[in-house]
Amino acid sequence: MPLAALSNAVTQFGDGMIDIIQHYSLLLLIGTYPNGPIGGLAGTLILALLALVLSMPCALALALARLSNSPLLSNISIAIVWVMRGTPFLMVIFWAYFLLPLAVGTQISPFLIMIGALVVYEGAYLSEIIRASILALPRGQREAAAALGLSRSKTMFLVILPQALYNALPALVGQFISIIKETSLGYVIGVQEFTFSAAQINSVELTKPVEVFSLLALVYFVLCFCLSQSARWLETRINSARVH
Amino acid sequence: MTFNFAATLTPQYLELLWQSILRTCGIAICAWLIAFVAGLALVAARVSPLTPARFAVAAYVEMTRNIPLLVQMMFWYFAMPTLLPQSVQNYINAGPSETILATLALGFCVSGYFTEIFRSGIQSVPRVQYEATRAIGFSYLQTMRYVILPLALRQAIPPIMNMTLILLKGTSIASAIGVLELSAVARRIENETFLTFEIFSIVTIIYLLICALINAVGGALERRYAVR
Repeated sequence: MPLAALSNAVTQFGDGMIDIIQHYSLLLLIGTYPNGPIGGLAGTLILALLALVLSMPCALALALARLSNSPLLSNISIAIVWVMRGTPFLMVIFWAYFLLPLAVGTQISPFLIMIGALVVYEGAYLSEIIRASILALPRGQREAAAALGLSRSKTMFLVILPQALYNALPALVGQFISIIKETSLGYVIGVQEFTFSAAQINSVELTKPVEVFSLLALVYFVLCFCLSQSARWLETRINSARVH
Repeated sequence: MTFNFAATLTPQYLELLWQSILRTCGIAICAWLIAFVAGLALVAARVSPLTPARFAVAAYVEMTRNIPLLVQMMFWYFAMPTLLPQSVQNYINAGPSETILATLALGFCVSGYFTEIFRSGIQSVPRVQYEATRAIGFSYLQTMRYVILPLALRQAIPPIMNMTLILLKGTSIASAIGVLELSAVARRIENETFLTFEIFSIVTIIYLLICALINAVGGALERRYAVR
C-alpha cells in the first residue's frame, strides 16, 4: 500500500514539526536571550533592519559621488560598486571578520562584524538602485528647480531625492528581502540568528533534519514572500499614482 | 606593515588554490547547465494552458526566490539524502557527496530565476509571431524551438549573464556544507599561515577575474546577438 505508507510518512512529518515547535519555539524566536545575545528570528530581523537603516546613508553617498562632476569621486564610487558586485558576500564577511577588529583595536562580536559586512555590501547594491531612480526622473524637475534659483544641493535634497526615493520604494523592499536572505550567512561566523538556531536544533535532535530544515525554509519563505508581495503592491500603487 | 605574498604561493598552496578554482568553476558550470535545462522545461509548463502546471511552477519559482541559498543548500545536504531511496543515497555517498549536493542545490535554486527570465523573454515576443508560425503549419513544439525561443533567449541575454554572476558568487556558500572550493581554501590557508591579508586578497582578485571574464563573455554575446 504505497498510499498508506505515504500518508503515514506525512503524519509523522507533521508530528515531528509540531514537536520541534513545542520544544524549541523560544530558541527559534529569540535564541538564548536573556542568557546570551538575542538570536533566532528576532536576531535575523534586527540584523536585517539595522543593516538596511545603516547602509542607506552609505548608499546615498555612493550614488551622489557617482553622479557628481568630480571624476575622482565618481571613479571611486564605480570601483567600490564593481568590486562588491564581483565578490561573493562570504568573502566580504571574511574580510570584515579580519579587518574590523584591526580597525577598532579590540575584539568585536560576530553580530557587529556581520552588520559591518552587510552595510558595505548592501551599500553598493542600494546605491545602484538610488542612482537608477535619480536618473529616471524627468529632466524638467532639475531644470525647474534651477529656474527657481535653488542651489545644486538644495535641488538634490529638496526636489530630486524625495521623489527618487519614493519611486525607489518597491526596489528598496526587494533589496530588504535580499538582506534578510543574506543574514543567514552569519551562521558561518557564528552570529546568533535564525539559521544558526535551526542548525543548533539539528545537531541536538540528529534524527529530524527534514522537519528542522523544512520549518526553517518555511518561515523564511512566509517572511520573504509577504514582503515581495507588498513590494509588488507598492509598485502598482506608485505607478498608478504617477499616471494621474 | 609588511606583506608576504611569497609564503602563500608555495607550490603546495598553489596546487590547493588551483584545485579549488577548478572545483568552483566545475560547480558553477554544472549548476548553470542544470539551471538552464530545468529552466527551459519549467518555462514550458509555466506558459502552457494547463492551470495546475502553471500554478505548480509559479509556486516553485517563489520558493527558490524567497528561501536563502544557504538554507536550500543545508536542506539538500542534511535533509534530502534521507528522503531519497537507499540506492541513490549509496550512489551519492560513493562520490564527493557534498560537491554533488551543493551543485544540485545551486542549480535548482537558479533554475527558478532562469524560469522567470525565460518567461519574460517569451512574453516580449509579439503574439503574431506565434500565430504566423502556427499558420504556416509548425507544431507547438516546433514553433517554440525554431521561432519563439530564439527570439526570447536573445532578449534574455543580459539578465541571464547577471544571474550567472550571482550563481558564481553562490558557489562560495557551498563552503558552509564542507565543499573545499575557493573561499573554503582561502579560510584553510589563512588558518595554516596566518597571512590573512595576502590570501584573502589573492582569492578576492581571482573571483573578480572570473567575474570580469563572465562580463566579457556576456558583452560579446550581446554584441553578437544584438536586437537590430
